[in-house]
Amino acid sequence: MTILRTLEGITTGKLLRNGLSLDDNRNGILARSAETGHYNGIKTLEFKDSDPIGYERIFSKVRAGLVNSREVAKKIAASPIVEQEGELCFTLYNVAGDCIATSTGIIIHVGTMGAAIKYMIQNNWETNPGINDGDMFTNNDCQTGNVHPCDIATIVPIFFEGYLQAWVGGVTHVIDTGAVGPGSMSNGQIQRFGDGLQITCRKTGVNDTPLRDWLHESQRNVRTVKYWILDEKTRIAGTHMIREMVQECIADEGVDAWEKFALEVIEDGRRGLVSRIKAMTIPGKIKTVAFVDVPYTHEDVNVPSPFAKIDTIMHAPCEITVKPNATWRLDFEGCSRWGWHTYNANPTAFTSGIWVMMTQGIVPTERINDGARYATEFRLPKGTWTNPDDRRTAHADAWHFLVSSWSSLWRGLSRAYFGRGYLEEVNAGNSNPCNWLQGGGINQDGEIHAVNSFETAACGTGACAMKDGLNNAAAIWNPEGDMGDIEIWELAEPLLYMGRMQKTNSGGYGKYRGGNGFETLRMVWGSCDWTMFFMGNGYMNSDWGLMGGYPSATGYRFEAHNTGLLGPDGRIAQGKSIPLGEDLNPDDREWEKHLGPDAVVKRDKQCITTEAIFENGDLYLNYLRGGPGFGDPLDRLHTGAQSIEEDLNENYVLPEYAKKIYGVVYTQDEEGTYTVDSAKTAVSQAKMKEDRKARSVPVREWMETERAKILDLDASPQVKQMFASSFALSEPFLNDFKTFWDLPNDWNLLESSLGIPMFGATQTMDISEMPDCKPVIMTEE
Amino acid sequence: MSTYTKKEVGQLVDGTLVWETVHQMLSMPKDEDRYKLYMEVLQDAVSYDDKILLAVGPHLNVVESATDGEIIYKCDCGHDFGDYRNNWKLGANIYVRDTPEKMDQVYPRLMSPDTTWQVYREYSCPTCGTMLDIEAPTPWYPCMHDFQPDLKTFFEWVGLPAPAKI
Repeated sequence: MTILRTLEGITTGKLLRNGLSLDDNRNGILARSAETGHYNGIKTLEFKDSDPIGYERIFSKVRAGLVNSREVAKKIAASPIVEQEGELCFTLYNVAGDCIATSTGIIIHVGTMGAAIKYMIQNNWETNPGINDGDMFTNNDCQTGNVHPCDIATIVPIFFEGYLQAWVGGVTHVIDTGAVGPGSMSNGQIQRFGDGLQITCRKTGVNDTPLRDWLHESQRNVRTVKYWILDEKTRIAGTHMIREMVQECIADEGVDAWEKFALEVIEDGRRGLVSRIKAMTIPGKIKTVAFVDVPYTHEDVNVPSPFAKIDTIMHAPCEITVKPNATWRLDFEGCSRWGWHTYNANPTAFTSGIWVMMTQGIVPTERINDGARYATEFRLPKGTWTNPDDRRTAHADAWHFLVSSWSSLWRGLSRAYFGRGYLEEVNAGNSNPCNWLQGGGINQDGEIHAVNSFETAACGTGACAMKDGLNNAAAIWNPEGDMGDIEIWELAEPLLYMGRMQKTNSGGYGKYRGGNGFETLRMVWGSCDWTMFFMGNGYMNSDWGLMGGYPSATGYRFEAHNTGLLGPDGRIAQGKSIPLGEDLNPDDREWEKHLGPDAVVKRDKQCITTEAIFENGDLYLNYLRGGPGFGDPLDRLHTGAQSIEEDLNENYVLPEYAKKIYGVVYTQDEEGTYTVDSAKTAVSQAKMKEDRKARSVPVREWMETERAKILDLDASPQVKQMFASSFALSEPFLNDFKTFWDLPNDWNLLESSLGIPMFGATQTMDISEMPDCKPVIMTEE
Repeated sequence: MSTYTKKEVGQLVDGTLVWETVHQMLSMPKDEDRYKLYMEVLQDAVSYDDKILLAVGPHLNVVESATDGEIIYKCDCGHDFGDYRNNWKLGANIYVRDTPEKMDQVYPRLMSPDTTWQVYREYSCPTCGTMLDIEAPTPWYPCMHDFQPDLKTFFEWVGLPAPAKI
């Protein structure tokens, strides 16, 4: 037993029945887990094996209580992000901060809130500020495991008969945190100091009552106060409902049973992942990679510091090793450096987010908990965007990089599913769920406001190996994909809908095509001093397509000012045509034909911008991306369900590209219905295969020309910066690169040779260098 | 534990399996003999005699050569891509979309990548022209060696005898 006495005279070791301090208790669990390979050294599931009914009874109570509390609590929120999109979750932890079970919702926070609890344990919150029944702690610090500042967590300790028995955390995605840029996932700021309010596991309530200093301080530091207040009430209500449920459960089942369950259930979860890996995958190595464009030299990206005005590319290679014992290792050696933007991540965000993806594939059960983490080795090299070595980094839109890197994991794991014959599990990837429509100012109610449209929770999904992807249906980070109701968004945002349509031709082509995204055209209405900006990918996309399928379409930007739509002489009042519906082929610039003569239109691939002034009547296109395709497009059925003919008649593909990609030959009747001539199409496709052979060259021949370009340093600045950044951080990546291209031993590309600012490349200061700070590290660095 | 017939696995491969059965496959624990039935279905569909060991694409398999027992990548058309431990892409043909004009053949200009940032590399079979994979990396990026299966362990997992030359 460890009893510690602090300078304040407060003893630790009084919270747990075993008399250990929280830190010693957790360290013991970690040591026994590392030594045995089983969580807490639990080699047999004694409780589950001896009393399976009792074990399942506790699990069912816990799980049902978590889900029920979430469903009830979210009705308190006014924010459509929470109430419509379900951007909240509640999670139960054991006393060590390891997740027992979680509700539905944004389950990335299995890890993030767990990291916050572990931070409090590791940094001795037990003695100062103290952990007592009725306390509330609030965290959104990205250096303490949070994904981005807008995910606010309320964490409540659960006591029973005077001892700590669990923790419960509730998180909501708030609309605004008072960052430089309005909106929850904004850009414009490039450092933590502009990223909005950040709270580090602060005690914000005692005796079940929020502290007044916290309420006053937090509410005046954000733009959207009403939503902030109701979001906090949502979290408090949910966590307190769950606390009551757990206390009743312990009273019914007994303390001994509860304490045994709270450890054993995590070993059970670890075994669950191992069994799924063995049942569904193939041992060996899978390599993937993903990229994201960061185009910051453009004039519409205004940042406070000149050293951020460079174009860069996020690089996320991953090697997945499925081991003979059916555990696995995910190694991100070679990633590029963190940057002066808001897309940096931290290890907990990275690893926790992967579980969101895994629950939609390899562990699609309610049994997801921290056991899965104990069956997984993560390696996130220090200094990369996945694990910054500098405490200044901004994280407001960490998702931008995270979801892109995870898309490649879908693709990689799908190779194993395909090999086993589990074609139903194959997913060619996931769209990078964007654009993120954001902005702020004075809204239609005359209030200070900020917006972040979560329509992006319903992008196109990747194709499967036996069916097409879903149109406008999902986002990788939210298992409950939903675009939200137009009427609700119009209440929350001073932006009228001019149209909401499926985005034709946005899904990747293939034997099975990727799901299309959708597009909404919004007109600013009733606002004052209003700004908006774009947040998405445009020059690149992050998915690739699988086994012959094409990547999905990339993004583009459309905004229009001085449109001539409003006012007594405007096109609406005059009854003239106005832009409505869809931007069918953006190259045709159809919408411009329905604007006034003085309209100023920006239609380009610059899909990241910072705040721009939008007057009432201005237009903004929110284009939500499609998913990648699977298999050779020439294998796609000509007619029937999931065919080229259906694509044409349902407006899933533009006829021009149906010809170019699928080689289709068709007729169209007076009503516009397409009929594919299968015989002629077969002839056309046979010729396309011959054309492929004629225009292509042997890979080794092409490698000689590409090698010459490398030796000549013939590439754009952003490509060279990406490679130089990765080379500097990873000698293995540099060596593999040189080996593949047969480059001289002394070949290298240094960032210092590129003539661009490289702040942060050589001198950094990590959070671990802060006084009295012990960061929680749960991955290999 | 769910079980399915060879006919149902064949329909899964063809994309004709009824949704109710697909949904069952998704929601129930995986059927242990899927791999065995899958290999039978794939073997029936090819004209060569080599034994299929692993599917790596709709038209590309790892096979045990009927003539010498070597483990190689093979296209449905019979094209031999070499030893399964090496990257089959190095034996393929490639077409790189690295100009706006080449990208115009795939997507509208505003919906395709900027080729100074990203290119498409289309890998096809030199013999039959089937599109086997498409990469979308930056210029300079090495060809991805996507998958290096540990077949020896895999055959232990599925409880089947491993080929001699693994």
